[in-house]
Amino acid sequence: MLATMDAAQAIADLTEISPQVRQVAAVGADGSVLGSNLSDESAAAQLVERARRLLDTAEELRPGIAQIEAATIDGSVFVVRDGERLIAATTTPEPTVGLVFYDLKTCLRSIDPPKPKRRPAKKKEADDAAA
Amino acid sequence: MPPRKLVTGALLAAGSLAGSVLVRRRAARRRERVDLYAEDGSMHSFAEGTVEADRLLPLAHEILAAQ
Repeated sequence: MLATMDAAQAIADLTEISPQVRQVAAVGADGSVLGSNLSDESAAAQLVERARRLLDTAEELRPGIAQIEAATIDGSVFVVRDGERLIAATTTPEPTVGLVFYDLKTCLRSIDPPKPKRRPAKKKEADDAAA
Repeated sequence: MPPRKLVTGALLAAGSLAGSVLVRRRAARRRERVDLYAEDGSMHSFAEGTVEADRLLPLAHEILAAQ
């Protein structure tokens, strides 16, 4: 099982082990940017928005898409979905496709899931009141 | 025809054939395409010029242009 870590660390590890990856952004289940290697927040949001559009268009064409590679002369765009979360990345031209997919999945799965909000302990209060 | 000229001609023909194969392979590899991997494990590849690629490749270009 993967050890979970914060998004910044996971993305730093990804770009270190996979030099083909240029830009990367991970997105949470609520659509928020979990992390990115882009210095500008708006650039990260833009990458996410465009990757989401690519995924949605692919879904229209073939429902049930898990991952995409769009290969162009300038480089490739990768989008990987894991449940409700997704990760989008750009790479250098002619990347090692299998490796990039593996590294992106590993990165996404290693990012801590957002912590659920704590509920007040109603049962204990009710027990105390009854006593 | 002298045998030396024959050998030279054959070598030139073989060289140009190998060269054209390499160029064609490289050109095929450089062709733009979109690969869609489904949750069921299937994969569909769409080369440029297909309806699917013509819808998806502009979005990929947009992402890469923003780098």
